[in-house]
Amino acid sequence: MDVSNTASTMNRRKFLKGTAVLGGSMVVGFNATGLLAAAADGTTATSSGFNPFVKIAADGIVTVVCKHFEMGQGTTTGLTTLVAEELDVAWDQVDVEFAPSHENYVNLAFGGQGTGGSTAIANSFMQYRQAGAAARDMLVRAAAAEWKVEAKEVALKDGMLTGSGKKASIGDFIEQAAKLEPLAEPPLKDAANFTLIGKNKLPRKDSVAKTTGKAMFAMDVKVPNMVYATILTSPRFGGVLKSFDIGDAAKVNGFVDAKALPNKAGVAVYAESTWASIKARRAITAEWDNAAADARGTAEMVSEYNEKLDADPVYDATGKGDLAETEATAKAAVKSVSADFHFPLLAHAPMEPVNCVIEPTEEGGIRVHDGCQFPMITHPTLAAITEIPPEKVEIVTYYAGGSFGRRANGNSDYHVQAVMAFLALGGKKAVKLVWTREDDLAGGYYRPMFAQRAHIGIGDDGKISAWGHRSVAQSIFKGGPMESMAVHNGVDHFSVEGIVDTPYQIPMSIGLTDYESPMPVLWWRSVGHSQSGYTMEVLMDMAAEAAGADPVEFRLAHLDESDDNQARFAGVLKLAAEKAGWDGKSAKGRGRGVAVHKSFGTYVAQVMDVSVNDKGAISIDKVTCAVDCGIAVNPDVVRAQMEGAIGYGLGAVMRNEITMKDGVVEQGNFPQYQPLRITDMPVVDVHIVPSDLAPSGVGEPGLPPAGPALANAIYAATGKRITKLPMANNGITFA
Amino acid sequence: MSMTIKINGESREVNADDDTPLLWVIRDELNLTGTKFGCGVASCGACTVHINGQPQRSCVTPISAVGDSEVTTIDVIDTPQAKAVQAAWQELDVVQCGYCQSGQIMSAIGLLSSNAKPNDEEIDSYMAGNACRCATYQRIRAAIHRASDLLEA
Ligand code: FES
Ligand code: FES
Repeated sequence: MDVSNTASTMNRRKFLKGTAVLGGSMVVGFNATGLLAAAADGTTATSSGFNPFVKIAADGIVTVVCKHFEMGQGTTTGLTTLVAEELDVAWDQVDVEFAPSHENYVNLAFGGQGTGGSTAIANSFMQYRQAGAAARDMLVRAAAAEWKVEAKEVALKDGMLTGSGKKASIGDFIEQAAKLEPLAEPPLKDAANFTLIGKNKLPRKDSVAKTTGKAMFAMDVKVPNMVYATILTSPRFGGVLKSFDIGDAAKVNGFVDAKALPNKAGVAVYAESTWASIKARRAITAEWDNAAADARGTAEMVSEYNEKLDADPVYDATGKGDLAETEATAKAAVKSVSADFHFPLLAHAPMEPVNCVIEPTEEGGIRVHDGCQFPMITHPTLAAITEIPPEKVEIVTYYAGGSFGRRANGNSDYHVQAVMAFLALGGKKAVKLVWTREDDLAGGYYRPMFAQRAHIGIGDDGKISAWGHRSVAQSIFKGGPMESMAVHNGVDHFSVEGIVDTPYQIPMSIGLTDYESPMPVLWWRSVGHSQSGYTMEVLMDMAAEAAGADPVEFRLAHLDESDDNQARFAGVLKLAAEKAGWDGKSAKGRGRGVAVHKSFGTYVAQVMDVSVNDKGAISIDKVTCAVDCGIAVNPDVVRAQMEGAIGYGLGAVMRNEITMKDGVVEQGNFPQYQPLRITDMPVVDVHIVPSDLAPSGVGEPGLPPAGPALANAIYAATGKRITKLPMANNGITFA
Repeated sequence: MSMTIKINGESREVNADDDTPLLWVIRDELNLTGTKFGCGVASCGACTVHINGQPQRSCVTPISAVGDSEVTTIDVIDTPQAKAVQAAWQELDVVQCGYCQSGQIMSAIGLLSSNAKPNDEEIDSYMAGNACRCATYQRIRAAIHRASDLLEA
């Protein structure tokens, strides 16, 4: 069964208009305070103030309402698994649809509806199981009452109720069950009795639609009376539109109009097709007021980062005021390591460039069609701009063609652009905003540039005795909607995460200085860990070498396994080393590197094998990966996320960077920002640590160790230590 | 201007300037949305369709160059190779976001149609133009081998 966007959209429209769902269905869900509630159909559900999480139809089909969007990370499969497990229905009896934008679909980890931070399974684990268990309990009680037996004499398996010699589908009991009160705390299964959770191979819910071209992405939406729009924007961040000249745009077949966006952020070019809009935009020229724009180039930015590294840090991330002392101790040690690291700007470049459709509704509101990652931001933002009451703003969510953080934006940047284009045209016509790949790469909201400097001293016991650390970063969270959660005493936690909270037992002092720029930055798959993992694990390798120790042994020596956190960290490291047959040696022409990192509550270690050909080019041959994410709800999805995050991370460290010349982005399209290709992809062998702990996320944690494991393997093979990314800028070539 | 193209076994009248890429005619005018836009410059393969049975990047194929050729898209393709590739993709759960997969599958069908038993190197070199930002490549390789086995069986 696949997500059917059309079906879910139709249901929702009926629902909003208050029409009863045909045939009736039993729905179980939650309200804003988290109470379970049940009703006979969608109509009464709204009036009793809750939203459906599980719907059961008379034909026995169970529909799971997915409060998270699907960008490939497997949520439509994961949340469905949780419900099907507790409800005891057959896997192919369960369908899934995306939830509308509504406060009852809050991400319990954020306090608003949204997906990110590898939280989807972690925050839903109890909630979706409870919804399934509540429905199960009500169906069993309804059957028991009808069959005049005790509830405990009724069994439910594979969607069939049996008891007192009778047998019926769950669909036969929805009406009676919906009349019962759901238990406040329905009994949940013991992990030992799971039949779906943790099962090795449960087919993904989105596989068929995505292999037949039928899966609907926002890019595929066409509504009546719709025009296509691309936006001509300032080539420099912070540029403001002064004037524009449409040139020969009107000669383009299908051109409709061109209008300045009301916020002066660009010119919307409307046309009857995407191509006509793209072509007409090329004919238009604009003048920009660059007074507030950034005109720096990359070299200038790097030297400003270096100046900030040299100056006394502004913030003390470890709060002990001992950075200078720690650095002095480290430098004075007999064995010591010092290194500077530089990380470039990175674009997310999701395969589907961002886009959305905004259409007027009959009720005087708007309907947004989008692969919407943050309804909690997009919904109120669009309501405020259009001055339409929030209850008249509707968001219909589709599959998203990747995100890696890009679609989660504290400013809802592309939705704002779309609604500006919608308003500029009068607000009566549906507008589909489309970004080209060029728009995507030049569109900002990059992974910030980071610089790191460490001085590490090794003590007589061969362990790290002092680690003084300086970070320079453009803060992602300052000035954004989640600032209060992320920033404490001036320190944006995400600028130092992965260092300040490392499980290693190391006497460390960390200073932080912010970098300021009008260029917007954003979380990029694994956020701060996307570079702190690299910094930490290359430094640990350098320190191990200085100490004359084996890299795995050296890391383990800084972990106290009587502590659970450190034990899990050591656990994945040992497992990856064991599965890779780690012996600390690299054969001639080959190199092995190791790295381990914790992020989003999940522990991942990787051993990377590379070889060097006769021209000195590197092949990445194999990655042995160990992951501890608590209970692996869908082990095959966990493996897929490790494979994907490793590939995404490797491509970036190998050759990706966004660079500026006079404030203008230099990368035009994929040829200048080469994605990882199949020819680059190593064999990935994933091992999951068995666990009965609550699940943590897997969308991001596979990424941080990949870069440093590769760097350490390249060092082992070639003696080249790479501390400035991307690797291609260091004369490294890949076979 | 108005012209007729042969697509998915039908003749369809379309109205587009000569330089309009086939991709946008397929998507915006014919509403066949299985074929995707990823780059527009023949650099990602998301837009791959078959023209006379050969995988081609529809984003750089001007509509005027299509002529009498038979265009086939992911939406309908059902050759034995196509069925095997789709079955293998589903069996191994290759997809993540799925946005590149129409193109991956159209290329894989092309590969197996010309080489029934490709090795890893042949797969890599044939598929190198199809980017997957979700990096599903390991499974793509495995699924092509699996599809090859299915075809043999
Ligand atoms: S869209 Fe045609 S190759 Fe990328
Ligand atoms: S599956 Fe997402 S780009 Fe390939």
